[in-house]
Amino acid sequence: MIQYLPNIIFIGVLFFGLYFFARNLSRLYRNINFGKSIDVRGDRKQRFLNMCKIALGQGKLIKRPVSGMLHVIVYVGFIIINIELLEIVLDGVLGTHRIFSDYLGELYGYLISTFELLAFLVVVAVTIFWLRRNVINIKRFFGDNMKGWPKNDANIILYFEIVLMALFITMNATDTNFQAMNSGNLISGYVAILFDGFSNESLHIIERACWWAHIIGILIFMNYLYFSKHLHILLAFPNTYFAKINNLGEIDNLNSVTNEVKLMMDPDMAFSNETTESEEIEKFGASDVMDLNKLQLLNSYSCTECGRCTSVCPANITGKKLSPRKIMMDTRDRIEEVGRNLDLNNGVFVDDEKSLLNDYITKEELWACTSCNACVQECPISIDPLSIILDMRRYLVMEESSAPLELNNMMSNIENNGAPWPYNQMDRLNWKE
Amino acid sequence: MGNNLEVKTMAEYAAEGKQPEVLFWVGCAGSFDDRAKKITKAFVKILNSINIEFAVLGTEESCTGDPAKRSGNEFLFQMQAMTNIEVLNSYSIKTIVTTCPHCFNTIKNEYPSLGGDYKVLHHTQFLNNLLKEGRLKIEGGEYKGKKITYHDPCYLGRANNEYNAPRELIKKLELELIEMKRCKSNGLCCGAGGAQMFKDAEKGNKEINIERTEEALDTKTTIIAAGCPFCNTMISDGVKAKEKENDVKVLDIVELIVTAQDL
Ligand code: SF4
Ligand code: SF4
Repeated sequence: MIQYLPNIIFIGVLFFGLYFFARNLSRLYRNINFGKSIDVRGDRKQRFLNMCKIALGQGKLIKRPVSGMLHVIVYVGFIIINIELLEIVLDGVLGTHRIFSDYLGELYGYLISTFELLAFLVVVAVTIFWLRRNVINIKRFFGDNMKGWPKNDANIILYFEIVLMALFITMNATDTNFQAMNSGNLISGYVAILFDGFSNESLHIIERACWWAHIIGILIFMNYLYFSKHLHILLAFPNTYFAKINNLGEIDNLNSVTNEVKLMMDPDMAFSNETTESEEIEKFGASDVMDLNKLQLLNSYSCTECGRCTSVCPANITGKKLSPRKIMMDTRDRIEEVGRNLDLNNGVFVDDEKSLLNDYITKEELWACTSCNACVQECPISIDPLSIILDMRRYLVMEESSAPLELNNMMSNIENNGAPWPYNQMDRLNWKE
Repeated sequence: MGNNLEVKTMAEYAAEGKQPEVLFWVGCAGSFDDRAKKITKAFVKILNSINIEFAVLGTEESCTGDPAKRSGNEFLFQMQAMTNIEVLNSYSIKTIVTTCPHCFNTIKNEYPSLGGDYKVLHHTQFLNNLLKEGRLKIEGGEYKGKKITYHDPCYLGRANNEYNAPRELIKKLELELIEMKRCKSNGLCCGAGGAQMFKDAEKGNKEINIERTEEALDTKTTIIAAGCPFCNTMISDGVKAKEKENDVKVLDIVELIVTAQDL
């Protein structure tokens, strides 16, 4: 029995890791579903292609070559090294050691060499990332709301990655049998020199410790995702799939408004239409996260806080308060707050007298947007901060009538004479003279 | 100047029982703004010079609703849209050309689901098509050796992926195009979109149009071309603020063509 103890402990650890991960995912799913349904129009093939190009193929990241290439290294490293995870889990459950080596023969060496090389490159890339974030003065990592948790979060992720990669290499370096094979130890072969004077016994202990720390580290990291911007490694995929495929310039027409406008323009319909009465009054626009749609909430959870959007935003560049990244981060902070509220109250939201509008995003930010779509174009995973800004403006105008005075004047001009300026519609052809 | 413009309204065509090739949607700026009116006239001169049968709605035209929609007033937008669609459909309009990217975007993308389905073209696309069909000829001579930069309007470029049509016309005019640092899909907004045209900017440390104008001036060209009446105003104001209005002209592409062809 006692000889199975490690297997049992391993299975237990794995179970807990996965259990909490599943719980996080289900909370995430619940929170996103708190938003309004979306009508996913259009072609699935196009959506699938976008996902392959943008999320899987990192197509938009490469627009900025330096950070783009570094990111590709970490991303490819992450995906490929995870194959090794399969072996680790099988070994852990079955109590074997390097189970693949028996089956793969020579290929095994090449495989592990590749992992080691990638692990090494990841360490290099992550180190550069760390320097970019903490030493080199790159504006988008220091601006507006990149203090406190967002900054720590970014660094924690980098530390995690370095430690996991270091554990992986050290584990290989101290595995005496593996080193004796002398195939596959592309990087760890050099690290092994550091352990030259060690007894076989202590090497074995170090190897085991690294092995356990590595897998436990991965499980912790997996559960850290939910609280971190690193969630994008999962959500970038659905996010790019569901992202808008129409022209960026198109803003959706609110159906609830269409119905009312039709009634206003054609009074006959008021009598012929059977649905007129019992309809509940719908709120126009968004003042809080539950007024947003599921895609907008998914967007907020997917945001990597990279700040590319803000770095191209004309309003932000010229010193206005508006930052599209902050719009996304605020939305996520608020939906997380709402989620905690749900956790505490058995899944029923209890009014907390707060809202996304004012408590998180101010009117000043909302009115500074030029709707230029630069942020949407720039986002490496096709997040749409503009749609949230517009939905909140809709609330301000249609529910609160609190547009800036000049805009109210512009709108009453349109209403009265069909142009944003006070000119008579009957003079519309006077330019000819 | 401009006295002999040939402009018929849709109502006049309908009275004759005829249908023009295209409807020219003039837009509010093109109808009322003094600077934009010149662009309207320049475009009409080109159309007249090659005898394109076009009509305008004249007093039946009304704001597309773009600034209302982007301010958040969906009601007003849809009222405008449905009124316009009713007029357009009553004349069985098929093709629309406009000199304003905002009108272009709204009619093209936001009218269809409200019942207004038309082929919508920006004037640079329309002229480019005529060029390809051989109906329009452009000779550059006039500008040989001159340098120009082109500002991508957000609502033509990023919003609708049209970066080439205006550039091809510029090439035809034999102007040397010097791109700004931020161009095409990276182009910087002039600051007018999203109804900003109609209000003061929020507190900041610079006006957006100044930021953009500085970038345009950095190209050391003597002409800044735009394809939008609002961009034109914003950048003209920027050039004035930089006291460069004697050295640098801000022109719409159709104005360049009119001068080159001596229309
Ligand atoms: S659409 Fe608005 S938020 Fe986005 S970049 Fe343009 S001005 Fe900034
Ligand atoms: S919205 Fe996109 S570009 Fe902006 S910070 Fe988030 S991930 Fe980056």
